[in-house]
Amino acid sequence: MSSTGSSTVTAAPPVTEVPPPPSSRGKHAISLAFLAPAIFFLGVWVVYPAIRTLIRSFYSDRGGEFVWFENYEALFRDETIQTAIKNNVIWVLVVPAGVTALGLLFAVLTERVPWAPAFKVAVFVPLAVSLFAVGVIWRIMYQQDPDRGAINAGIVAVQGIFTEQGALTTAKPSTDALAGSPEGGLTLEKTVQQGGVALLGLTAIKAGELPAEPEQAVTPEATPDGITGVVWRDFKPGGGTPGEVEQDEVGLGGVTIKLRSAADGKTVDSTTSNADGSFAFEGLEEGDYRVAIGKETFSKPFQGFNWLGDQLITPALLIAFLWVQAGFAMVITAAGLAAIPRDLLEAARTDGGTEWQVFRRITVPQLMPVLIVVLVTQIIGVLKVFDLVVSIVPASRRDSATVIAVEMWERSFSGQNRFGFGAAISTFMFVLFIPFLVLNIRRFKREN
Amino acid sequence: MAVAEARHGPVVIEESVATRVLRVLGKAPVHVALAVIGVLWLMPTIGLLFTSLLTPTDAQAAGWWQVFSEPSIVTFENYRNIFSDDGIMGSLWVTAQVTLGATILPILVASLAGYAFAWLEFPGRDWIFLGVIALLVVPLQMSLIPIFELYNKTGLYDTILGLVFFHSAFALPFGIFLLRNFFAGIPRDLLEAARIDGASELRIFARVVLPLGIPAIASLGIFQVLFVWNDLLVGLVLAQDNQPIAPEIFSQLRQFGANLEIIAPAAFFSAVVPLTIFAMFQRYFVEGLLAGSVK
Repeated sequence: MSSTGSSTVTAAPPVTEVPPPPSSRGKHAISLAFLAPAIFFLGVWVVYPAIRTLIRSFYSDRGGEFVWFENYEALFRDETIQTAIKNNVIWVLVVPAGVTALGLLFAVLTERVPWAPAFKVAVFVPLAVSLFAVGVIWRIMYQQDPDRGAINAGIVAVQGIFTEQGALTTAKPSTDALAGSPEGGLTLEKTVQQGGVALLGLTAIKAGELPAEPEQAVTPEATPDGITGVVWRDFKPGGGTPGEVEQDEVGLGGVTIKLRSAADGKTVDSTTSNADGSFAFEGLEEGDYRVAIGKETFSKPFQGFNWLGDQLITPALLIAFLWVQAGFAMVITAAGLAAIPRDLLEAARTDGGTEWQVFRRITVPQLMPVLIVVLVTQIIGVLKVFDLVVSIVPASRRDSATVIAVEMWERSFSGQNRFGFGAAISTFMFVLFIPFLVLNIRRFKREN
Repeated sequence: MAVAEARHGPVVIEESVATRVLRVLGKAPVHVALAVIGVLWLMPTIGLLFTSLLTPTDAQAAGWWQVFSEPSIVTFENYRNIFSDDGIMGSLWVTAQVTLGATILPILVASLAGYAFAWLEFPGRDWIFLGVIALLVVPLQMSLIPIFELYNKTGLYDTILGLVFFHSAFALPFGIFLLRNFFAGIPRDLLEAARIDGASELRIFARVVLPLGIPAIASLGIFQVLFVWNDLLVGLVLAQDNQPIAPEIFSQLRQFGANLEIIAPAAFFSAVVPLTIFAMFQRYFVEGLLAGSVK
């Protein structure tokens, strides 16, 4: 707007008070003086190197030989580069949408509370900290051992609320009569009929998992229309005889016992053993049954997710990046929200719109330009992402979490010095940005 | 509100109290949700701070949330160590110099150019400005290799000046764009009045435009301080012995588990500067974000 504005002034008929304009050559000299430093810096550090990088990408790594598109061919054949591109695609698909959604959510919520500024600062802090320090932060958060890594510790805490712990973590059958494994459950090989007594002997139980006040294992009496039995630690100091309940052998309480029909294997009944190891199923129909120790009995303690392993490393990075960028999206979106005319919202509410309808039909469409700005900014940021990846990802895992910017650095510097190849990666990156370049220029032309 | 009225009968005062209570209660889920999110968002940063206060042995044995255990295991030993570590203190000093230089220089250069684009007449002005806008999205990766070679030839490699120039140049497209738009909003009368009084362009720039442009310049400055202070890539490529703090700690990161007692306090301490600047100039930061979300 200024460009058209100031040109109108000079085009206007001279007004008496305005002194005669300086000769146009002198004027241009002044303009040049104002622009010269910028032209120098942009020329030497941005424009010239960019052109040189483009040319360099057609030369061999040492720079002597013109190799046409060989660097580009090598680039797209390179498996690690393919992984990098694939990872960048995941970043582009997840992060901008996630950041925009989080920003919108936070902006809408903070509009309703008086202490919003405090919340905004909390969400904003990561944006001021370097992405590199953020990397260190998340290395600490993502440590696998739940005693040290806060994320896994949080998962353990939540899991503890929702899942019951089994009585044991592991055990072995004391005789061949029991088959199976703790992971799938242990089943008595022989079928049992009404009036039968099932003896489920276990060994190899960790000392810490025995009951604090052990009770002598007791073989229960047989009942005419049911099946009884005992589950016990079939071992005592000195050994004892496997398969027999003896003096000083301890009953195992809290073990899940399943009764299955021998014909079709379906679970008919299920119970839990008493402190002395005894259990009983009553009121059974005639037939053959199998008695089993349910796999519910055995629970592995949570080892912690391996966030920095090959499987979870990219999701882990995405979480960290969302954590950083949510504040940016929130601020931009909140400013957009504040700019929506109040009348529009009020009118919709007076017409009987619910809050959700107002949000869907008025707020979001009105915010669309702002949301698109957030989205585009994030796409650009995500295509450049570097610091976070190299600082969170252990060097040994870099190949599976790598992104384009990391590969550019890795191949060109960090000892490899493949400048031709690196220049090709840089140029490829630049090509990815061209749509945004066009977008910026179009927007500028429209606004002026 | 209708519910409240029905329940509490016709007494007017009671009604309004009830309405207020109900309104606050109705918002309770929002308050709780925001409080939980806020705490979650702060937790990682607090985790870094607490980790930096543990001895290596304690950091290996326990989570940082156990710093409050009795007896307290908090120690400032790690900080004492990094403050007497020449490598880390040296790179903090390098970082400070690079940041200062790479903030002041582009502000000067960009305001001169911004003024020219906003208020001076010269042929091809709009085309050149379009060129500047085009440079906004050029990734700095496009410059790393040629500049690395150039610096090796000219002796700028591993110097503070080399880093200052690189960062300054890449701050210019955004800086010129931001300042040109801001300067263009200055009322023309002010400039015309100065021109009629016979002031030179340089004088108008220094006495009228710069003072009025302070808010935009502040935004640009804060962005630049945060960006340069926090930079890892440029320092990694263009410096070796005079590395700023981020690349310096990065090289230690290879043995993450082994030297957490250096990494954690150094990372936290290096974050204190940008955090302080952010806290002091939050308003400009937000305004800059809003004005510059095209980058």
